[in-house]
Amino acid sequence: MFNSTLKQLSALLAQKKLSSAELTQSYLDRIAQRNPELNAFLTVDAEKSLAQARAADAQIAAGKAQPLTGIPVAHKDIFCAQGWLTTCGSKMLANFVSPYDAHVVEKLNAAGAVILGKTNMDEFAMGSSSETGFFGAVKNPWDPTRVAGGSSGGSAAAVAARIAPVAIGTDTGGSIRQPAALTGICGLKPTYGVVSRYGMIAFASSLDQGGPMAKSAEDLALMLNVMAGFDARDSTSLERPEEDYSRLLDVRLTGDRSKPLGGLRIGVPKEYFGAGLGADVGAAVEAALVQFEKLGAVRVSIALPNSGLSVPAYYVIAPAEASSNLSRFDGVRYGYRAAEYGDLTEMYRKTRAQGFGAEVKRRILIGTYVLSHGYYDAYYLKAQKIRRLIAQDFAQAFKQCDLILGPTTPGVAFGLGSMSSDPVQMYLLDIYTTAANLAGLPAMSIPCGFGEGGLPVGLQLAGDYFSEARMLQAAHQYQLATDWHLRQPAGME
Amino acid sequence: MSLSLPEVKQVAWLARIEITDAEASAAQGKLNDIFKLIEQMQSVDTEGVAPMAHGQDVVQRLREDRVTETDRHVLYQAIAPQVEDGLYLVPKVIE
Repeated sequence: MFNSTLKQLSALLAQKKLSSAELTQSYLDRIAQRNPELNAFLTVDAEKSLAQARAADAQIAAGKAQPLTGIPVAHKDIFCAQGWLTTCGSKMLANFVSPYDAHVVEKLNAAGAVILGKTNMDEFAMGSSSETGFFGAVKNPWDPTRVAGGSSGGSAAAVAARIAPVAIGTDTGGSIRQPAALTGICGLKPTYGVVSRYGMIAFASSLDQGGPMAKSAEDLALMLNVMAGFDARDSTSLERPEEDYSRLLDVRLTGDRSKPLGGLRIGVPKEYFGAGLGADVGAAVEAALVQFEKLGAVRVSIALPNSGLSVPAYYVIAPAEASSNLSRFDGVRYGYRAAEYGDLTEMYRKTRAQGFGAEVKRRILIGTYVLSHGYYDAYYLKAQKIRRLIAQDFAQAFKQCDLILGPTTPGVAFGLGSMSSDPVQMYLLDIYTTAANLAGLPAMSIPCGFGEGGLPVGLQLAGDYFSEARMLQAAHQYQLATDWHLRQPAGME
Repeated sequence: MSLSLPEVKQVAWLARIEITDAEASAAQGKLNDIFKLIEQMQSVDTEGVAPMAHGQDVVQRLREDRVTETDRHVLYQAIAPQVEDGLYLVPKVIE
């Protein structure tokens, strides 16, 4: 059961072979058993989850089931859920019980899904290892001495360890794709504006995008069908006709049954296969390319000449927006307030000094500096111009190809604590992922093999704006022909 | 470029984060490493390139001027550090 797809679980529920309450309880038991080692979940609330599960069972009994009715979903602790502790991995919000639901949470609730719990993450989603959170590091289920990636590391580890059937995360510079890659699962960052940011605690508003994390491309599609949609409360939410993201999954591009992806042009950027890429990751991604060719896809060499500048530009734009967004944490309306202070300014300064961790403070300082008088043009404006160049690179590339394929990360999961003292080294791990956020493009990671230490390797597929269904089709067809996505850590079943 | 210790302290002041001398010294090294990375941006000519604020070229959506929010201050203030008579309490600002 713990390896079942969402469709299979939904069928079991529909056939009354299993109730949602039983399914939810099984996962809660499994969390109790395995979470102490993994630290993937920060909060579980059996009473709340089971109440939702029983309501889902009533819906099923009444013949009103939707595709996700009764399915337990792990929520990254960045999504506000009414009545649930929502900490964003920070001491600043360690006592914050949300008075309202995020749009994504509303939609999942309305679809009959069950909140299985809130998952661990880097503090305010700032990190690539899920080590910066106030509640301790997430461990990788493949090797508990390694990181699970970040910032959605708790959601990734939960799906990888099969203690959640599916999860939701957020991606500002790779925070869905990178942990998915490092834990051997699938994760999708949609086109900017497809999923509402309302109630998703803001990090960098022009980059943040919520998305699903799952065992397969098919499951991602079913989740995105519920998560996507216009929301007037997010000023950058896009008004588009409703889309079925699963509609192309089983559509073959040619009549030849052995070549379902016949004619699909896959762009391979030379910049993504140069210095810095681990040999193990490079070999696994190359093997995947060969597999895609077997399925009928055509390899096209492309160039993304400014991709090397995506990390520097990202580490100006994201901290700049963060420094503004995180000014709301001042100890006045919610969250932490310092115990002792004199005047108002001192209350702010002590509250923020005590409430934020080192990485969050570092990014607020960078952001404050690059936005300050005399430096705005040299840093922030410059970064925004480079952002345009990066987006133009992609626009050129998509004249020659339908999808872009490359590695998600330069290497497999690294050791816990091994990079904590060197922020720049950690930031450079985002080399292949930040560009999609800067351009606003959809991108996903799926497992494609194993590297050093027997640890999973992820490949990244990026598409043009609104090409999620096409990306999911390519990924699904790859997964029908391979079994990397079915592999799981030893001792997890 | 690199940040001096007084500059680090000034930025922390602007960001309203209390910082000790030891913390400022530790932050200085790391911030300057990060700015070395950021400096790579200067290697590309961006003359005439229009800045890009976010991934979708869409205009700001407007809505009708009508009340959409209900009064939920009791709910929202239940989680505030200090409130009284529906007001958030902070140290005295005006003498």
